[in-house]
Amino acid sequence: MQTQLIAFLFLLFFSTGIEAQDDLLSLLGEEKPKKERIKSAFKSPRVINAHAMEFLNPGTMDFRILHRFGTLDQGYKNFFGLDQASMRMSFDFGVLHNLMAGAGRSTFKKEVDAFIKYALIRQSTGLSSSSPLTLAFVSGVTVDGLPWSDPARENYFSSRLAFYHQAILGRKFNESFTLQLMPTMVHKNLVQAASDPNDIFAMGVGGRLKLSKRMALTWDYTHVLVGMPASGYYNPLSIGLDIETGGHVFQLHVTNAIGMNERAFITETTGQWGKGQIRFGFNLSRTFQLKKTKIN
Amino acid sequence: MKKSFFILLFGVCLANLANAQKLFTKAGRIDFNATAPSSPETIQAVNRTVRCVLDAANGNMQFAVLIKGFTFERALMQEHFNENYLESDKFPNAEFKGVVSNNATVNYTKDGTYPVTVKGKLTIHGQTNAVETSGKIVVQDGNVNATASFSVLLADYKVAIPGVVADKVNKTVKIEVACNLEPLKS
Repeated sequence: MQTQLIAFLFLLFFSTGIEAQDDLLSLLGEEKPKKERIKSAFKSPRVINAHAMEFLNPGTMDFRILHRFGTLDQGYKNFFGLDQASMRMSFDFGVLHNLMAGAGRSTFKKEVDAFIKYALIRQSTGLSSSSPLTLAFVSGVTVDGLPWSDPARENYFSSRLAFYHQAILGRKFNESFTLQLMPTMVHKNLVQAASDPNDIFAMGVGGRLKLSKRMALTWDYTHVLVGMPASGYYNPLSIGLDIETGGHVFQLHVTNAIGMNERAFITETTGQWGKGQIRFGFNLSRTFQLKKTKIN
Repeated sequence: MKKSFFILLFGVCLANLANAQKLFTKAGRIDFNATAPSSPETIQAVNRTVRCVLDAANGNMQFAVLIKGFTFERALMQEHFNENYLESDKFPNAEFKGVVSNNATVNYTKDGTYPVTVKGKLTIHGQTNAVETSGKIVVQDGNVNATASFSVLLADYKVAIPGVVADKVNKTVKIEVACNLEPLKS
C-alpha cells in the first residue's frame, strides 16, 4: 500500500515536470489561416513601358523620370545615342490597395497622359477562396501637344486625344518569376492617313525574373494584332534590369520604342531590333510616403 | 501513517493545481527600432499580435510572432523588410523559447514589481541564438504584465544590410516586448 502511494506521489510530481517542458504555444491552438495578398510581383508598378500587375501602396506617390536615348546604330558620332534624349516625367498615386492613378508628360509629341488602374481581383494566398491571378484594368488618355500640322484648316481639341484600355492578367508564380498578359485596345481620334485605322488591338506580355534580392530581369512586348499602320511601324520590345536601392528603383533597359505612353509605344514604334535601331533607356522611380501609417 | 500520506497527497495535488497556472496573451506588443544615428528616416515597426505563454510554475516562457504582422510608417519599408531583409515568405515566424531564471522570486498572486532575468533561444530569419535579458513582471490586481527590452545584432541572424542603406539601418536593433498576460483556462 505504502509503495503504491509513493509511486503515485512520484508520478504526480513527475507529471507537472513533463507537462511544463511541452510546447507551450501549442496550448493557444492553431492560428486561423488568413487571406494574404501577394506582394512584390514587380519592383515597380510598370514592367518597363507597360503597366504591371503590381500596385502602389495606398498613401504613396511614385515620382518617375524616364529617359530614352538615341538609337545605338548611330555609332560613336552620337555616342551610341546618348547625345540625344527623349523623356517623360510622371506622378503616380496609390489610392487603395487596388486603385491607383497617375499623370505624366513626354517630350515626344509634347504629349500629356493620364491613367487610372483598378484591380478587380488580386492574387492572394491563405484560403481556398484565394485567387491565383491578379486581374486589373487600366484606362488612359493621351493629349498630343504639338502645334497643328495644318493651322489653316479648322482644328478640334478632340483631334489631339487618344484613349487606351487594357486588361492585365498576371501571376507571381514564385518568389522570382512573374508573368502577365495584357490585351489592349488603343483608339486614336485622328490618324495620319485616311487608310490608317483608328482602333488598334494588341496583346502584350510582360515578365520578371529575379536575379538577386535587389535585381531583376524584366521584359515587355506588345504585339499589334489588328490595325498596325501600313509600313514603318514595329512591335515594341523592351528588355531591362531592375535595380532597387532603398527608396529608388532604377529600370535600365534597351528598347526599340521611343514613346513612353501606351499610344506612343504601341502604335508609333519605328525602331527595328534587327537593324540595331534600339535605344538605351532608364526609368527612375522614387516612392514617397504621403500618408504615414500610425504605429504608436 | 496512512492518513498523513493522504494529507500529503492532497497537498501535492493542490500545489500542482496552483502551479499549473499558465498565463498567456495573443495580443502582446513588440516594438523594434533599427534607425542608424545618421539616418534621416526612422526605421521602426510595431507588432500587436504577439503570442506568449508563461508557465508560472517553472518560469518557462515562449513567444511567437508573425514577421508579416509588423507595421511600419512607410509602406515601402515594410515591403522591403519582408522581401529583402527578413524574407518572411521563407521564414514567416520569429520565436523565443526560454525561462525566467529567477522565477522562484516572483509571486504571481501578490501585487508587486518583480525584476526578472530571462534566458533562452531566439529564432529570427531562421537563425537561432542564445539571448539573456533583464525584464520586469508587474502583478497588479491579478493582472500580470511582462516587459523586457534588449538588443540584437543583425549579423547574428544573417540579416544583411547592403552598402547603400548602411547609413540608415543600424547594425544592432533595439527590441521592446510588452505582454499583458491572462490565465489560460485549459
